Amino acid sequence: MNDVIISLFASAGYDRAAQGVAGAGRRLAADCGAQLHAVIIGAPDAAMKAAVAAVADAVTIADIGDYQTEICLSALTQICKTLAPQAVLLSNDFYSQELAPRLAHRLGGSAVADGLALNLVEGKVRVNRSVYGGKAMATIELQRSPAVVWLRARAFDPAPLRPEATTAIQPATLDLPTRVSTTIIERKVEAGDEARLEDAKVIVSGGRGLGSPEPFNELQKLANILGAQMAASRAACDAGWVPPSWQVGQTGKKVAPGLYLAVAIHGASQHLAGISDAKNIAAINIDKDAPIFKQCRFGIVEDYRKVVPLLIARLNALKK
Amino acid sequence: MPVNIIVCVKQILDPEIPSRDFRVDAEQREAVRGAANLVTNIFCENALETALQLKEKSGGKITVISYGADSTEDALRKALAMKADAAIHILNDGQAHPDPLSVAQVLAAAIRKLGEFDVVMLGRESGDWGVGQTAGLLAEELGVAAVAFVDKVEIGADGLQLKRQTDVGYERVAATMPLVISITNDEHNVPRIPKTRDVMMSFRQPLTKWTLEDLGVNAAEVRAGNHYYAVVDLFIPVQELNCEFVDGDTLEARVEKFAQRIIEVTGSM
Repeated sequence: MNDVIISLFASAGYDRAAQGVAGAGRRLAADCGAQLHAVIIGAPDAAMKAAVAAVADAVTIADIGDYQTEICLSALTQICKTLAPQAVLLSNDFYSQELAPRLAHRLGGSAVADGLALNLVEGKVRVNRSVYGGKAMATIELQRSPAVVWLRARAFDPAPLRPEATTAIQPATLDLPTRVSTTIIERKVEAGDEARLEDAKVIVSGGRGLGSPEPFNELQKLANILGAQMAASRAACDAGWVPPSWQVGQTGKKVAPGLYLAVAIHGASQHLAGISDAKNIAAINIDKDAPIFKQCRFGIVEDYRKVVPLLIARLNALKK
Repeated sequence: MPVNIIVCVKQILDPEIPSRDFRVDAEQREAVRGAANLVTNIFCENALETALQLKEKSGGKITVISYGADSTEDALRKALAMKADAAIHILNDGQAHPDPLSVAQVLAAAIRKLGEFDVVMLGRESGDWGVGQTAGLLAEELGVAAVAFVDKVEIGADGLQLKRQTDVGYERVAATMPLVISITNDEHNVPRIPKTRDVMMSFRQPLTKWTLEDLGVNAAEVRAGNHYYAVVDLFIPVQELNCEFVDGDTLEARVEKFAQRIIEVTGSM
């Protein structure tokens, strides 16, 4: 059978997302008796090379410099055309989301977004995904080949290691376009040195109910005590209180912390869709009927303005 | 430099309806409308707002296109009320949810029929099926470049200067036209509320209606709507927890319990 390809970015390293994509790829490859072929875009360090070689049957490196949409799309298309895979799996980073449908089109395949589970049924790839803002689940059967799927990568178990494997690592031979009509001319990282929200163990998140940007300063104190990262609902981001990169939800980050503390977040289904992988959700909300409580392990019905200062004091005391 | 802008919009079931009122028809593999409103997808309105702001600076023309059932006319009238210049309704006669490639092919055919364009703007994804592919597939159908997750569009040195969101921050992109861009939400593109007078006026403005046959697409294939992918199951997952509301005689006592629960949970991680 034809290969299953996983597409990884060197800039991310072999992070939890890459591990999830590799795990999903390995299981799909096993289901159809195929090889797992990893494509790394960019220049991976030695650690990433070794890690990917330990899980894949073959590795191709496409060292095409910093990400430029049209060039990267051209490179991936060429590699996939040569390998003629039956499936191409990508992570849920923005670049992969940007590439996936166009790659599928160029390969004559079908794409689907935000896969939560992958199955092979009578030779066709089926993907489970959340729809209607998290209110329903759909199973989508891809009709054309290859199946190009970007996955909610951290929801998938990592691939098993093959320590005895001697995996060939080869550079891709590419004929890249010299003139393209779009060029990324500035890249700005707003999160600074902070770890990625998707990998956070504890998240403190604020919503529309905060009423203004200032209360996020208080939440930051709470986050500092808990070693937590900060996030926000779409309403708080749209209001300009915090950067868009803080947004958690259907169209923001999909997070999976051990604890998600939602402060003054009502819990629109599009927000809940971004936290469905959290192990524990707790909320502070003045409205006992707020939908967020339906997803919570524990909660407190009260004005956050009264709760947060007391909570900071208590947690400080308990932590000592 | 006047810019010829096309904005594609989609009418969807109001995504704000509470989960308790949400039902699916498992047989048809569609949501049941019930008492819910039909609304313009929010990212499509962000796209139209972005287009309107661009046109205010550059001049030019905004044509709004939608492929949908008869009710889609409401979304197009609203776009006209927001001050789009022209609206085109491609009639979807009875087909529930066409696959994304069919939609892209229909939109591409309509855009080719219109003639020249500089930039096509679409919402990054819809609040119903959340497919997130229309912009990318449309760019491929039209044979032009695409930029995703854009939240700001300005006139640049020799084309457009775009700001777009990434996982960690943002990027600026210099782009020549023609171009397809997908728009995401940002504090600067919150859709304007049309004036009452403009809403009234919008009902008197012409609205072009095209059928699939007018566009010369493979109508049978588009109507079947499953040559790219097929929805084989749709269901509502059951997952409600019993929230433990911390109790106590005083606020201090309740916060104490809440703090202890947080310590328990984070301590076991």
